[in-house]
This record gives sequence, structure tokens and C-alpha cells, in this order.
Amino acid sequence: MTDAIGVVSRVNGPVVHARGSMQVRMGELVGVGEDHLVGEVIGLNNDIMTIQVYEETSGLTPGSPVFGTGAPLSVELAPGLLGGIFDGIQRPLTVIEAKFGEFINRGIQLPSLDREKKWHFVPSAAVGDSLEGGATLGSVQETILVNTKTMLPPDVKGRLAWLAPEGDYTIEETIARLDDAGQQREVSMLQRWPVRFPRPIKERLEKNTPLITGQRILDSFFPIVKGGTAAIPGGFGTGKTITQHQIAKWADADIVVYIGCGERGNEITEVLQEFPKLIDPRNGRPLIERTVIIANTSNMQVAARDASIYTGITMAEYFRDMGFAVAIMADSTSRWAEAMREISGRLGEMPAQEGYPAYLSSRLAEFYERAGRTRNLNDTEGSVTVIGAVSPPGGDFSEPVTQLTKQYTRVFWALDKSLAAARHFPSINWLTSYSEYIDSVSNWWRSHTNQDWRSIRARAMELLTEEDHLNQIVRLVGPDALPDEQRLVLETAHLLTTGFLQQNALDPVDTYAFPEKQIAMLKLILRFHERAEAIVKHGAVITDVQKLPVIHDLLRMKADVPNDNLALLDKIGQDLEEQMDKLEARYK
Amino acid sequence: MSMTRTGGKIVRGLSKVEGPLVVVEGIGTAGFDEIVEVTDPSGQKRLGKVLEAAEDFAVLEIFSGTSGLSLQDTQVMFLGEPLHIPVSTEMLGRVFNSLGQPIDGYPAPLADKFNDINGQVINPVSRLYPEEYLATGVSAIDALNTLVIGQKLPIFTGAGLPHDRLAAQIVRQASIGQPVGEDGGADIGNFSIIFAAMGVKHDVATFFQEEFTRSGAFGRVAMFLNLADDPAIERLLTPRAALTLAEYLAFERGQHVLVVMLDLTNYCEALRQISNKRGEVPARKGFPGYMYSDLASLYERTGKIRNTPGSVTQIPILTMPNDDITHPVPDVSGYITEGQIVLSRGLYQQDVYPPISVLPSLSRLMKDGIGKDKTRGDHPNLASQLYAAYAHVQDVRSLASVIGEDELTEIDQKYLAFGRAFEKRFLNQDYNENRSIETTLNLGWELVSILPRNELIRLSKEQLDQYYRPAA
Repeated sequence: MTDAIGVVSRVNGPVVHARGSMQVRMGELVGVGEDHLVGEVIGLNNDIMTIQVYEETSGLTPGSPVFGTGAPLSVELAPGLLGGIFDGIQRPLTVIEAKFGEFINRGIQLPSLDREKKWHFVPSAAVGDSLEGGATLGSVQETILVNTKTMLPPDVKGRLAWLAPEGDYTIEETIARLDDAGQQREVSMLQRWPVRFPRPIKERLEKNTPLITGQRILDSFFPIVKGGTAAIPGGFGTGKTITQHQIAKWADADIVVYIGCGERGNEITEVLQEFPKLIDPRNGRPLIERTVIIANTSNMQVAARDASIYTGITMAEYFRDMGFAVAIMADSTSRWAEAMREISGRLGEMPAQEGYPAYLSSRLAEFYERAGRTRNLNDTEGSVTVIGAVSPPGGDFSEPVTQLTKQYTRVFWALDKSLAAARHFPSINWLTSYSEYIDSVSNWWRSHTNQDWRSIRARAMELLTEEDHLNQIVRLVGPDALPDEQRLVLETAHLLTTGFLQQNALDPVDTYAFPEKQIAMLKLILRFHERAEAIVKHGAVITDVQKLPVIHDLLRMKADVPNDNLALLDKIGQDLEEQMDKLEARYK
Repeated sequence: MSMTRTGGKIVRGLSKVEGPLVVVEGIGTAGFDEIVEVTDPSGQKRLGKVLEAAEDFAVLEIFSGTSGLSLQDTQVMFLGEPLHIPVSTEMLGRVFNSLGQPIDGYPAPLADKFNDINGQVINPVSRLYPEEYLATGVSAIDALNTLVIGQKLPIFTGAGLPHDRLAAQIVRQASIGQPVGEDGGADIGNFSIIFAAMGVKHDVATFFQEEFTRSGAFGRVAMFLNLADDPAIERLLTPRAALTLAEYLAFERGQHVLVVMLDLTNYCEALRQISNKRGEVPARKGFPGYMYSDLASLYERTGKIRNTPGSVTQIPILTMPNDDITHPVPDVSGYITEGQIVLSRGLYQQDVYPPISVLPSLSRLMKDGIGKDKTRGDHPNLASQLYAAYAHVQDVRSLASVIGEDELTEIDQKYLAFGRAFEKRFLNQDYNENRSIETTLNLGWELVSILPRNELIRLSKEQLDQYYRPAA
């Protein structure tokens, strides 16, 4: 960043116009002013360039120089990402604190990843082989939990002339030399990739493995697949962030990229404080070891929200290229859309709906389409699952961001204000939510739990739908007016909603449920209904059923039965049969 | 005290005046966001700032309005930096305008230093997660929507509701929370209070001033007043000036600071006025799309950071126009703040004070501020049970309004009794009543004991054994 390529002619918040070189390129990263504020060229008109600046422009004056870099906005990809926390343009926040204190100043220029730290590289490629872009050279045990691959950048290929022996290297040291048709190429562990371009793959693959989150309403009712896309829309206070945190904590992904986009500072702090302490139930390691955090809080520069989304998804693709299942959470995509709206307004563009630019739709589409399960350049198979929170104004789902997001995602977890007000969490409405992956994951459930998940789920949904219908009558005439068979439906639906769908994120047992536990719980509740229905048909009154002690057990089993002692559910099953037998005997 | 510490470039004459906005030409190098001092033809000075800086012109926003300015004889001096206000511990016990100038008739306090009113962004890595509760002595808050030190928890209210009294009561009673069974708690000298009034009526400002004096708190209160008849644009500065002092006291002087800001709806209307004059494309109800970022730049100036014992806790108060919680001001606020305390007209009409509608209220940080070693071990489950039971009361009431109370099942009748007791005994308390957390929790148990034990599925067996005491 040495050559001045232009001179600032106008400053309007994060939008800066500069007069200068005709050689500057669209999307080029530039330094604005003497402080080298980070900016990106977003428009060119004769000798005037429009720059979106990712830092506070307070005090910037016309006449200040603009410096070119010749490169587009890119992220650094190498060992050192995992466990790290970065801002929207990948500046390392921990290093910033160590060097500059508790407040973030402007014009901080630091490498994103540690240049001094040595990583233990284990080579695996064979010298003499002809390698294509993306090929695996070796690996680095980046955290105890995650062994990352060292790959050729996608655009480098050739015959491997030399590969570094096993040993400790910094990310900039040369670890391989290639001969590409006579041209020598040196490769280090560090590669850069322009964030606005998806990393190349060989092909897209079918998606049929669920991303298990341990959250019952998600896994059992509205599943998402590895490589799939989901939207979580909800008004404030409905639990978007808690749901995102729960997924980030418990999802069976290899790598989690968490983007706090325009949200609260304390929420990021919570993640930072909690994740090093939380232990992954599957491997006993702290969750932070598989997590990358991008933090662009609501009071940070607005344009950097846009960058944070792209920075996050590019990192996710990098880990996918190693063959990992990656889950990326963006909280909240509405703040990103609002950032686009603000920049667009300052550019004087003609707005489409509610002030949002017309290209909002295509930006959202491009983002969600970077999800998928893929065969990578090095023939590994990986996936990127994208889960985007949406914050509709007034909780109204008809607003543009929710509607457009719905178009490009295949799972819709609709958060409901009235459930949240009754402290029913997760407040995901089971009647308006949907998943388009039900068919895709049925086989997985069959082979992993030996149960016909598909029809069990269908039966439970049927009861819940019927309850909704019956409730409309109850609201008019009271429950006593219903025949006992229908009152039983209400009773079973209560077991489903309170005993199964409601899940307490703060309870040490209830916070996470294995798929085996989920399906066993569902079966117990449905068995309850089946037995009770037969008995009621024989003339038993509903109040006799309501007095059965097993109901309390069915309501409490979520928190009373730990994942590692599912035999307790069998015990509840036995009690259920015995109590039903007894009741049945009275009416035979 | 002088605002003009650095002399700067001077321009004579304006090219356009429209509402609070002024365009000047021929300056060349005005800095974005820098402060200007405008001298009108009669020699009066007023401040403004640069909203847009270009080579050949600059757009200025004049804080105290543009009336009296002329195109020809007005002079603009560019001061070369964003607005700074003086800060010092001596500002406690004093009253200021939005620019930090004293308006109580006494000389300006000695400035320790001058700080930028825009503050600086706290690095999220440097924040300490708030998990120490702040006892307010109000049951509905302490038990169900616990306020945590370093939290921003607004009061969403409606015109005519007693939010002023509630805010004054909280300020008077606030103390650092202690677990049940430990002494202390009443250590009221810990808090400094910053009060920012934006577009507030004279009566209301006087009420607070008198309340602070009556309770003996005035010596640790600094008030920043922009009253209803003060220039609207200055409202954009009031909370920033107040928060600048709050941050100084918290992060440079290690104090706990409670900031009460009132009324954010007036603030947002001033924001809309400027946006409208600039011809910006509005988002909802004419409010600018950047209102979220702008409010975040206020609300996020809250919290605790490493390396200092101090904290900033915010209680912003905002009026929901027409009691509508989906109006852009409460809506955008709710997305940024860490919960909300919602006041209800229905409860107020039934003479319940404070009329806190608990179902739409929420404290996001409560979960880490309560429980064993913080308040009492049963607190989280008890709060959850009270919520669930009171939510069910609403269903029972709507059913009762259709089929009549007599037709309700025995259990539902008990829920109705619970609902009445909850409102009359738990929510309702005297303006001068400071309930300890123990009193509040025990009262909660008295209420749930109205219900049959097997209805209480959110409480553990051990908790029920220890505290559940049904009336014989």
C-alpha cells in the first residue's frame, strides 16, 4: 500500500468518492487517507471511484490520498483460524486488544494470522507427482480436536519438485516447490482468497445426512441436512440468538463458523467466555477448538457487516475443501441487508421494497448458494451448512428480507412471539415452520435408530395439527364440551409440546438430546396416546387418564433421563403399560 | 470552559439554509463529522457538525437550529475535530445542557480532560460478561426480569404511565445484589447516576431533580437536560454527552454508573427530522434506515471491560406511540438492548403499581445473574414456573370470559386465584417499598403454592420439598 492512486473528493459516512487513476479495479481493496482506512472500490465512473470504507470516517477530509493494493478484498487462510476471533475484515481482535487496549482505534493494520507461530507440518504428498489445484500437501494438527489439511491454492498446479520434511514452520515459510510447465512456484501454508468469489469445487453432491443439533424440534420435526440452508426469522426476544448458540454448541459439524453481524457485544463475549469451557459431548474437547468467530457488533462500522458475511463464508469453504462438515451461523442477516440499504441510500440508488436496494435478492441468493455438499478439488467430500437468522421489523414475516431469504433457503424455523411470551423455548412454531429435507433424511434415521422416524414424525405432527383445530373450538366453548377422545388429543398434544418440543437450553441434561433419546421419547408419548385412546373408547373418562402418574414422568423425562442412561425410558415405558393395563382392566 | 480549543479554517457566508441544515461552499478540506462554530450576524455563537464533506461544499447540521442565520453575514469556523466535552468527577451533583455546559447557575466544574462524545468501540474481546445482579427492590424486576450490572434494559412505556416513578424508584433503591443470607446489599453509595433527558417536559425534569434531592442522591447524580422546548437537534447530542461522562466515570475512574435516558422516542424523532431534511430514503414510518446503527452507537456504550472495576448500566425509557410495541422505535431498540421491561395500561387501570406486564418483558442477561451463589438456587426454576403459570392464567381468563368462571375446572379456578394474587400481591408494591430478594422469592413460593403440586413441572422435586407450602 504505497502508491497513491487517487484523492478523496467527497465523504458521506462510509461512502467516499475519490478522483484518480483509471486503472483501479472494481472490488479492489484500497487504503483511504493517511490512516489507510480499509475500503473497497464499489463503483467507477470516469475518473471518480466510489469506495465503501470499513472503518469510521470521522475526520476524513477531501484532498486526502487513496492508496491502491492491486488486490481484491481477501481473507487469509492458514493454520491459526480455529479458536480465533476476528472482526468483519478479519483483523484479529485478541491481538488488537493486546496491542491497543480495550477500545478499537481506526487505521489498525495487523496481519490476520500470526506470522511468528510455528506449526508442526506433516507432509503426505509424494515428490514427483503431478498435482492439481487444491491438492493436499500434508497436514497440521491445528487444535487437539482438528487436524487441518495443507492444500495447494486452487489456482496453483504442477509437478511437486520439493516438499518440506516433517517439522515446524511458520505460515509464510515455503513448504513446497512446484514446477508448472517450466515455471517455478513456491507455496507456503498461507493462501489468500477474494471473499466475493466462491472457492472452486469439482461437483455438488446429494445431501441426505442430517446435521444433528440435539435440539428436538429441529432434529425430529424440521431437520436440516449437512450442506443445507435454513432461516431462523423471529422478532426480538423470541430466541434467535439462543437457538443459534445452541446449534453452534451442539451440532455435529466438524467446524463451526459463527458470524455475529451487527449484533450485541455482550453476546460475542458470552460465546467467547462459554465456548472454551463447554465440552463437545461427542469427543470431550472444548468447543472453541473447532470454532471461528467473526464479530462485527452493532456499533462497529456498518459497511464491515457486509464484509463479515463474506469473510465467514469464505473461511467455511476453506475448511470444506479439507473434507470437513462445516456449519456457518450468521446472526443476523437482516443487519447485513440493512447495511446494504444504508450504503445504497448514500449512493443515491433507486430503492426497491422498503428502501432496500433491488440487488438484495441476488446478494442473498449468492450467499445461500455457497452452501452445499461437494466433491472438492482434492476429491475429499465436504459440506457447508448455512443457518441465517433474520430479524424482521415488528416480527412481521412479510417484510422483504424474510421473504427473500425464504426463497433461497430450504428450512424455515419460524420463531413465535406468543410462545416466547409463555417462555416456551425454543419458541419455534411447529405449525408454520417447515423443512424440505424430510425425505432426504429418512434413510439416515432408519439406519441409525432402526426406527421408522418418518411415520412417527408424521403421527406426532398429525396430533399437533388436530390440537390446533380443537383449540379453536375450546376457545369458544371450553374443553368440557369436547368428547373425551378429543380431549385425549389435547392431553397428548400437551405431552408433545411441553414434554418434547419445549427444551431448556440451561438445563444440563435437557440442553442436548441424542437422536436415540428423541425418537424413544416420541414413541413413548405416541404409545401413551395409543393405549389411552383404546381405553377411552372402552368408556374410561378422560379424568382417569389425566390422573395417571406416568404423565408427570412423560413431562419430566427430557430433563430426568440423561443421554447415557436411556434405560430409564424403558422403565417409564413399563410403568406406562402397567398403569394402562390397570385402567383398562376397570373398563373391560 | 471553551469549546473552541483549536482554531480552524473560517468561511464567511452560507449558500443554503434549510431547517437545521446549512450548506457552505469553498472550504476545500472540511473533515467529515468535525465540529463547526457558527457566528450569526448579531455575534451569537452556536455549534454544528459536518454531515457531508466534499471538495467544493460541506453540509452542516446546526444543533441549536438555524433561526437568525443569514446567507451573507454568517461566519463558520471549522474546529478540526469531532465534538469533545469536558469530563470530571466534579460533574456529579450538577446539571448540564447537551453540550456539557452547566445550566444550574454555578461555574463550570474543573475539567479533568476532554473526551470525544462519540466514544470508542469496545473490543468485544475486552468485554467482561455481566453476571452480577443489580437489586432494585422491585419484585417484578428482581425475580422475573433481573437487571444485571452492565446491562442495557429499557422500559417500554406509554403516555401517562408511571415510568418516571418506576425509574426514580429504581435509582433510589439500586444496590449491588447479594445472595440470600448474606449481608450487605444496601450499599447504595456505589452507584453514580447519569440522567439524560431528551425532549422531556419541565415538570418531569423537576420531578426527577426533586426525587434525587429528597432521597439524598443528588450529590452522585449528573443531569443532562434537553427539555421539550429546547432545540430538537440538540437531542442527538444529549445521550452522547451523558454516556461520555458515564464511560469516563466507569472506565477511567472505576465507578459503577447507572444511566437513565428519557425519552428515546423524542431522540428518534429528531433523527427522523434530519434524515427527512436531507432527502434520504426512509425505512419504516419515515425513520431512516440507519436508525438501528445510530441507536446501537448509544445502547452499546454499556457494559464492563477488563482491567477496571467500573461498569455502565443503562435504563433507557421510551414511549411506545399509541402503545404499539411494533412501532420502529421500540422495535429497533428491542433488537439492540438486552431485554425490555414493558408497562401495561391495563394493569395501571387496575391500580397495580408498578404496572409491569411480565409476559412481553424479558431480561436476556438474567440467566447468568441469578441462581445459586448469586440470588438463591431455586430462583431460575421459580421464575420459569411463575412465568408459565401466569401465561396459563391468560388462557384461563379468556376461556372464563366465554363460558363463565363457574364452568371452569377446579384447577383452572386455582389458576385464576393465582393470577389475582400475582397481580395484587407480587407485582403490586408501594413506591417506597424496597423488597429484598429473599422476600420476593418467598412471596413467589406463596403464590405457586396456590396451585396443585403436580402442576408445577418446572420446579424440581427437591425445591418443591423445601419450599412448597400449600394452604391447608
